[in-house]
Amino acid sequence: MKIVVLVKQVPDTETNIKVGEKSINEAGVKWIISPYDEFAIEEGIRIREKSGGEVIAVSLGPDRAVEALRTAYAMGVDRAIHVKVDDYVTFDSTYTSELLANLIKAENADVVIGGRQSIDTDSSQVVVQIAERLNVPHVAMALKLEFDGKKVTATREIEGGTEVVETSAPLAVTAQKGLNEPRYPSLKGIMSAKKKPVDVKKPEELGATGSKLEVVSLEPPPPRIAGRKLEAADAQGFASQLVKALREEAKVI
Amino acid sequence: MADVLVVGELKNGELKKISKELTSAGRKIADAIGGKVHTVLITDNVDAFAGDLKAVGADAVIGANLGEFSPEGYANGIFAIIQEKKPAVVLMPHSAQGKEYSARVAIKANAGIVADAVGLSVDGGKVVAKKPIYSGKAYANFKVSSEIQMFTVRANSQEVTPKDGAGAVEKSGASAGEVRTKSISKDLSGGNKVQLADASIIVSGGRGIKGPENWPIIQDLADTLGAALGASRATVDAGWISHSHQVGQTGKTVSPNCYIACGISGAIQHLAGMGSSKYIVAINKDGDAPIFKVATYGVVADLFEVVPALTSEFKKVLG
Repeated sequence: MKIVVLVKQVPDTETNIKVGEKSINEAGVKWIISPYDEFAIEEGIRIREKSGGEVIAVSLGPDRAVEALRTAYAMGVDRAIHVKVDDYVTFDSTYTSELLANLIKAENADVVIGGRQSIDTDSSQVVVQIAERLNVPHVAMALKLEFDGKKVTATREIEGGTEVVETSAPLAVTAQKGLNEPRYPSLKGIMSAKKKPVDVKKPEELGATGSKLEVVSLEPPPPRIAGRKLEAADAQGFASQLVKALREEAKVI
Repeated sequence: MADVLVVGELKNGELKKISKELTSAGRKIADAIGGKVHTVLITDNVDAFAGDLKAVGADAVIGANLGEFSPEGYANGIFAIIQEKKPAVVLMPHSAQGKEYSARVAIKANAGIVADAVGLSVDGGKVVAKKPIYSGKAYANFKVSSEIQMFTVRANSQEVTPKDGAGAVEKSGASAGEVRTKSISKDLSGGNKVQLADASIIVSGGRGIKGPENWPIIQDLADTLGAALGASRATVDAGWISHSHQVGQTGKTVSPNCYIACGISGAIQHLAGMGSSKYIVAINKDGDAPIFKVATYGVVADLFEVVPALTSEFKKVLG
């Protein structure tokens, strides 16, 4: 089984974000693997441990994306490919999915796994777009994945519950929290990951047709409605003030 | 023509509010670029909903009978309608289902797509979509440069404005086509009575509720308000409630009109999931909790006293 896991580098949630005109100021930003992609890496390794084959980690981004691939190596992937692009075209999911789909097509992968969304853009688009481009089925929000040869049985999250679906490889999967518990890289893994090769691909080698989005501007979040702490003598006092505020001032209830 | 095609959504045979929100937003765009609004509903009973959608500006309400939901089947059917109507702009809900089929529709139509938009305006004949990025710590404005401009839009982000559209009803012959992922069974027992993703009011509990036995206090308030029940990561990780209730970075992103946080300290990962709520009420004993930095109304008090008092007060005024 040939498994491609998609790894995106994103700012740590706790990091302070400074907004520039069309991109953020990267100085001082701490970069991590998008949390849902860790489930994807772990699942890829588990499938290989069960069925044999090879796990290839792929990351699209600027030079620093290599750090994410080193972490994937330390967790146990077999190979790493860096699709080297300027970070801010990654806002464009169709451009990203075209580059990645072309790469995966050339690798002839049986399974592509990515996180259910990346925590920087929260778009939930790239993996399913790749499925469409490769003309294969997909399972989104996977909580459980079982392979029986080409046949795949999966449990996935749907609105209000879960669903069991059946499909077949080749396919694309998006990982939801609960799919597995990602392993920590071992010290030995971290040491040996430093020396492993990372294959670099440029967009022109992957034949993408170009971006379909224009970043008009970035801006800080809109100011919140000014808040205030309520003052009351007891619970009843708080309750009646809150009801009044929500009904007469905010008019939301 | 510069038409707008809106994809609406039904739930248990009823029109979801997002269908009206998107039709209304589509109307404003169509008026600015000079076109019609077509709202598509996946149903064999489109006549039942045409009036509601006409009243918020739909010129045509199109029913497509694509059967049970499957992302591939919906994508095939919606793409067939796009080919027929040739819209300039397509608006889809950023719902659990919408996220899935929109990705396939965008590729089929060779369109650029902005997902999870919360603001839509028109500049120079093109839509400008605003969306939160980096967990709401920044907002980005995008234009789509392809011939068809596609957007998925967050629930509760668009105003519903009454405006008469022509409201003609059409039945589409589009079909689901080949679907390669087969649904075997569904389990809907663990879920919310009201769905978090599109709830206009959410009542959430955090570590401050002290144990799973105390959820009824929070649930009572939610039931009284017709709200969805949310939870912080701490309560989910402790096994007090299922993950489907989790709001935040590794849970659901929500934008209700009103978010009532009970015993939630407001870790940055939680704020990432609910920070765009319009009004936030925080009830917490710890006056220094970070949740108070985003709260519209802060109550520094014991939730075990305030929440039941609030429930009974609301019961009185809401009847």
